[in-house]
Amino acid sequence: MNTFDYVRPATIAEAIAAAAEPGAAYLAAGTNLLDLMKGGIARSNRLVDVTRLPELDRIEHLPDGGVRIGALVRNADLAHDPDFARSYPAVAEALLSGASPQLRNAATVGGNLLQRTRCGYFYDVASACNKREPGAGCDALHGENRLHAVLGWSEACIATHPSDFCVPLAVLDAVVEIEGQAGRREVPLEEFHLLPGATPERESVLMPGELVVAVRLPGAATRFATHARYLKLRERTSYAFAVVSAAACLHLEDRVIAEARLALGGVAAKPWRARAAEAALAGVRPNSEGFRRAAEAALADAHPSGDNAFKIELARRIVVRALALAAAGTPERVPALPASPFAPIPGGALHG
Amino acid sequence: MNLSISLTVNGIRRDVELRDPRVTLLDLLRERLDLTGTKKGCDRGQCGACTVMVDGRRINSCLALALSCDGAEILTIEGVAHGDELHPVQAAFIAHDGFQCGFCTPGQIMSAIGLIQEGQAGNDPERIREGMSGNLCRCGAYSGITDAVMDAQKNLAVADRRQAA
Repeated sequence: MNTFDYVRPATIAEAIAAAAEPGAAYLAAGTNLLDLMKGGIARSNRLVDVTRLPELDRIEHLPDGGVRIGALVRNADLAHDPDFARSYPAVAEALLSGASPQLRNAATVGGNLLQRTRCGYFYDVASACNKREPGAGCDALHGENRLHAVLGWSEACIATHPSDFCVPLAVLDAVVEIEGQAGRREVPLEEFHLLPGATPERESVLMPGELVVAVRLPGAATRFATHARYLKLRERTSYAFAVVSAAACLHLEDRVIAEARLALGGVAAKPWRARAAEAALAGVRPNSEGFRRAAEAALADAHPSGDNAFKIELARRIVVRALALAAAGTPERVPALPASPFAPIPGGALHG
Repeated sequence: MNLSISLTVNGIRRDVELRDPRVTLLDLLRERLDLTGTKKGCDRGQCGACTVMVDGRRINSCLALALSCDGAEILTIEGVAHGDELHPVQAAFIAHDGFQCGFCTPGQIMSAIGLIQEGQAGNDPERIREGMSGNLCRCGAYSGITDAVMDAQKNLAVADRRQAA
């Protein structure tokens, strides 16, 4: 790890001023940044510790029934907040399916949005990586790439965004509150992360020195609370990133889908909202035929970026299963193994 | 740059002048405060051997800067027993053979103490296994670890009820 200046500002304004310098980075829990610095992948020369900033560690319930989550709220605290988990159960399930209890006790909401890809070539400083070193090339393109992107990738970068949390946030129209030297602005979470194109080193809309201060979920999104699931396929039972995942939320009226929401994780450099699939589900009865059509629509633009064609069919099946589980209803409590694709569908066939 | 911090470790206030901002909480405990019970396994937040409690929550001490812990209350494996009387989780690990080589054990025990305090797993072995998934055991003592946590959880709940009565 390179050495660095350490500053611990007392106000947001001080933090923004301290982080506007080139080479500066915000430090919250550090669960990703310190790991990256230990490996020489991140080389910040100034760490601006934001953990003591006031008022960013609150979960506020808003007059419209929505919620404002401060950027320093810890993953575990949000997932276990009873009101929050009742209103946004798919978000709670996604949070609890990510990382380990120790990491969830430390990791923050803002940090989760800004975590870096776990592409092995990004992490290996001896490999070529356009994200780490613009113009260097991409060793993943012809390397071990079975877990890489199948949507929205470019020849410059085929990495995926690893967050679980962001997938249901994208589905529920979350808004990111950002503060910078030019003042405060808001960006829909769906537009917060950038696809790689020719500039994979630019991963979000944040400008230098800008700080995520909160994430807001609208009250209207609580209408999905009774039929909302997150499903995540991993290469081991627990404590692993998603191979593919899906957040599925349904609003049913008279046993017909009035409105559906769907997004995929582990397939692209951002949480992938599947609007064509949502449209295909509106007005139909929740059954496997409709779910399969929606899954086809969700992956219509998918292309393998390497040895990962299997992820496309896998993603379709995860979509079908997530929709079936959402239709069956949100469980009373997040299951013992959150987001597990192996749990049986209530009233359905084991492999349905 | 002010690199002096104060923190409470196992009930004792420690004032430390750091020579380098890169020191993690784990290295502070082991190299400066001579508390080597907390183990360094992967040093990257993947194995859980470095688990300690910071302000009552279990975290990976390898991924926390010591500077960020200024003012915090730390509990390590050295601080859980009362004199010669083992913590109920320590006693349960012995009773149920919850280890073989013992390297991961301090982290397992601190994680189990955190898990029981969090109160999310109850006596459901599946929730306990999931709640302990951040601690790897290369000897594969998982079945004994799960039994130990179940037993300790039950004993602590009985002790709590006695205290409340």
